[in-house]
Amino acid sequence: MSHNGSRGIVAIEGAFAAAARQGRAALITYLTAGYPTQEATHELVRALLEGGADLIELGVPFSDPVADGPVIQQASQQALEAGITPSSCLSLVAALRDQGVTVPLILMGYYNPILRYGPAAYAARCAQVGVDGLIIPDLPPEEAQPLADACAEHNIALVYLVAPTSSASRLAKIAAATSGFLYVVSHLGTTGGAHDLEPALVAQLAEIRRHARTPIAVGFGVSRPEAARQVAQVADGVIVGSAIVERAACGADAVRDLVSELRAALAH
Amino acid sequence: MIEDRQRVSLKTLPDERGYYGEFGGRYVPETLFGPLLELEEAYGALRDDAAFQAELGALLREYVGRPTPLTEARRLSDACGGARIWLKREDLAHTGAHKINNALGQALIARAMGKTRLIAETGAGQHGVATATVAALLGMECVVYMGCDDMARQAPNVLRMRLLGADVHAVDAGSRTLKDAINEALRDWATNVRHSHYLLGSALGPHPYPMIVRDLQSVIGREARSQCLAQMGRLPDTLIACVGGGSNAIGLFHPFLDDDTVEMIGVEAGGEGIEGGRHAARFGDPQRGRLGVLHGVRTYVLQDDEGQIALTHSVSAGLDYASVGPEHAHLRALERARYTYATDEDALEAFQALCRHEGILPALESSHAVAEAMRLSTERPSDEILLVNLSGRGDKDLDTVTACIEGGAL
Repeated sequence: MSHNGSRGIVAIEGAFAAAARQGRAALITYLTAGYPTQEATHELVRALLEGGADLIELGVPFSDPVADGPVIQQASQQALEAGITPSSCLSLVAALRDQGVTVPLILMGYYNPILRYGPAAYAARCAQVGVDGLIIPDLPPEEAQPLADACAEHNIALVYLVAPTSSASRLAKIAAATSGFLYVVSHLGTTGGAHDLEPALVAQLAEIRRHARTPIAVGFGVSRPEAARQVAQVADGVIVGSAIVERAACGADAVRDLVSELRAALAH
Repeated sequence: MIEDRQRVSLKTLPDERGYYGEFGGRYVPETLFGPLLELEEAYGALRDDAAFQAELGALLREYVGRPTPLTEARRLSDACGGARIWLKREDLAHTGAHKINNALGQALIARAMGKTRLIAETGAGQHGVATATVAALLGMECVVYMGCDDMARQAPNVLRMRLLGADVHAVDAGSRTLKDAINEALRDWATNVRHSHYLLGSALGPHPYPMIVRDLQSVIGREARSQCLAQMGRLPDTLIACVGGGSNAIGLFHPFLDDDTVEMIGVEAGGEGIEGGRHAARFGDPQRGRLGVLHGVRTYVLQDDEGQIALTHSVSAGLDYASVGPEHAHLRALERARYTYATDEDALEAFQALCRHEGILPALESSHAVAEAMRLSTERPSDEILLVNLSGRGDKDLDTVTACIEGGAL
């Protein structure tokens, strides 16, 4: 069981609700665990919180991250070379919780290491250390059954993604299956880059809104405060990853500054 | 098990979710899920479309040069002293390997879907050359991803692709071989999916690729089966093919699946031997080869204890890959086919033997199958027939073989 009953899906939904009460979208920030070093990750998480992040995604490095662009690919590679493993990512979460970090923590990683760990054991361990949710970009709902059952048992959110290529019927299906929030991929391609809000996305978000039972957050290519501000007007949450990972190499101050700017852009 | 097979043919797989038993599926980022459904639907319609099949058949005959011959390797069989070795001559297909069968079929599917750009990954370069060739033939744009290490060891094929008008991108990540080229091809496809088709080169990846590639490569087995009946007056005892992703092997095996007397052997790359881990034997190394998910499919994957994908090694770029097609994993689980491996050294010896005894330069990939046939021939009586899929020719490998000879490996 989790540390206490307020973790997991409840914690994620609570963070979105708290931001909404302030009349703004939630800011979801991503770090690659163990990049540039395992020690630095602790410091960077503090910088995210000081900057005003509402939820934190920790990337679990994988050797073949097909959904990621060059920034996260390189960070993952460096973290792997420094010895980070799926188990050490879980230990990192445990350590953050011991230090009193209460923000929702979501692990984002690929399926093979979870399959190797054992989906049921992984979900149980996530709950034990205080992980609130999982995002697995190469695990569509059609293939997720064993893990989805284990997550449900432990009240861990399994966050699914929708993309510009998802049909209306898939939008409905995925919106019904996701928990915690629905991750909307903003553009075709991989993570990273700098993209403005596209009219097609605005139209798709209206369609998604009709099906969603959870908050909706938009990510992939949201890097600048101006883009975050645009997205915040049509979604419940804004996800920023590569832009933060890029800054992580420059230290915690650079990360805190970027997060503060992003957060300011979300304020009304 | 035999009874089960008689009731429901193995030829009916995959199921509607793209599974072969517990292997297969569609483990892809959501951006690619919709396009995979569209591809499945388009292929489902074209497969039974007479005009499509007629166009494909005509091109296979008049452009690729099919049917490829079935050749008895008389002097090689005599030298081995036992079972007779026959060769299905995919090396004589246009562009020098079986890869053209799939490339041509998929390019026609892509064109029917309104796609104008083809993306391909390549290891040995044979699939890249085949894709560049059909792109030129059909007037389509072509981008090929290839690992840096593979570009160095298969330089003639890089030149061929460029001459054919393809844009060849070097991939300098991970193992700098086929695995990394597939990662990059998938990223390109996710970015340009509206007008691009990912022309995957082997019987792996997410559904429907393993099925489409198998169907298109099954022309090998269909021809071989009727050629055996015509030339030998019977079916062969054993089919032997090398297995990287497994497209030439499944193409040979599939039309024989209901022939219970026909044994099937897939040959993986044993590299420098199983012990040190420098190989690409997914089935041959129970320590590292485990059930996993890579490149969209649940199958056997070489990986470490934490689920990171292992770096592989083989003297042949086309077999140097950490994962294997899901239908092979299923045939192995059912014990309908068995899988063994040949080392780099075995393959180089077989390469030379086929050159000297038959006047045929095999690809280093195919040399793995020849090596197993030579070994098996010494154990089996002379009234048995071993049919080897000679999946490609070896001109591309002359630099590698020469370096091995000069390095004293031969």
